Amino acid sequence: MTANIATLTDATFDEEIASGKEPVLVDFWAEWCGPCKTLAPILEEIAGERQGKIRIAKVDVDTNLEVARRFEVMSIPTLILFKDGAPRLRMVGAKGKGQLLQELDAFL
Amino acid sequence: MGSGPAGLTAAIYTARANLRPLVIEGEPSSTSDQPGGQLMLTTEVENYPGFVEGIMGPELMASFRAQAARFGAEYVTAKATRVDFSSRPFGIWVGDEGYRARSVIVSTGARSLMLNLANEQRLLGHGVSTCATCDGFFFRGVPIAVIGGGDSALEEAIFLTKFASKVTVIHRRKELRASKIMQERAFRHDKIEFLWDSTVIDVLGESSVTGVRVRDVITGEESDLPVVGLFVAIGHVPNTDLFKGQLDMEDSGYLVTQPGSTRTNVEGVFASGDVQDHVYRQAITAAGSGCMAAIDAERWLESQLDAPAHIAQTPRNW
Repeated sequence: MTANIATLTDATFDEEIASGKEPVLVDFWAEWCGPCKTLAPILEEIAGERQGKIRIAKVDVDTNLEVARRFEVMSIPTLILFKDGAPRLRMVGAKGKGQLLQELDAFL
Repeated sequence: MGSGPAGLTAAIYTARANLRPLVIEGEPSSTSDQPGGQLMLTTEVENYPGFVEGIMGPELMASFRAQAARFGAEYVTAKATRVDFSSRPFGIWVGDEGYRARSVIVSTGARSLMLNLANEQRLLGHGVSTCATCDGFFFRGVPIAVIGGGDSALEEAIFLTKFASKVTVIHRRKELRASKIMQERAFRHDKIEFLWDSTVIDVLGESSVTGVRVRDVITGEESDLPVVGLFVAIGHVPNTDLFKGQLDMEDSGYLVTQPGSTRTNVEGVFASGDVQDHVYRQAITAAGSGCMAAIDAERWLESQLDAPAHIAQTPRNW
């Protein structure tokens, strides 16, 4: 995982979401999911370009099903933006960078 | 335009002919309308020649892409938003960004049809899935439904038996379009059941899918089938909206090419792959027609220029 993107687990999820002031975009993904792989480099770019405004983190649903269940993730990739600890925006499916930024920037 | 087997084969051939292809490869999505095309959502491809043990769809497309890149093909990872084929060089736009090309090969493919029900859209990502390979995992030990009767539907159904307790294939007729080998596998599978002569008229559930409402097309009777997952594989529609009014197409939207070639009604614009083929629709036939388009384009370009070698000397001729 790159320096810009944190890896969250069932055990660390709540603590990480609560820490820090910036909104956190969580990418629910898995190794076997093609569209997740397409999305990964786009999220890395966004993490770099929006540094200080947003944090991006990943949850591997394969090993962290508890947190995926809690947020009713039934399709990956699912992106959930948390602001002040609460989910504010949910996007299902891979998308292009322009589309993602359009939705995200409204919350940053 | 397009980066499935047709577009990338055209890129390999035109790059090797020093025609400097630019591939407008599409935009990431979780549907079949994405860079790499329909194979990006499949698992094992067992009928592409050369791979004795089969190959994963995304892996095959990554190889196509790398092979074209090796010979100098360049990529724009976005969807074209407008084209102008009325004058040459042709114009293609991605938002405000404009590109000029001496020749265009249209290989934008076809995308999976959805049922077009309001509740299907609302429950997308909450039990309705466009990507069985992505989402099958979430349906461990629960009943799901696959709609459709072709190879894609049966491939998804068989794949999903790895997770689901039961897979019901809902098909509007009594026989399947799928290949015999897929039919045999599906009929043999003890987790797969068939609901014949039936169409899905609604998707049920508040926050996530709890069932589908099915109508028997013969008796008209309606009934509810309890499922928590729904996968739709009822066919395809060509990605040709962009070309309306510029390229000849059939009523169904498929581009018309001159028999035995990839030529469209616009000189210098060629079409290959599923965007112009509703009959064969295979990776290998798409790749074959992509190769034809590249050769047609190369010959046409040569006929347009006094010195064919000139093409290779221009630093950037799109």
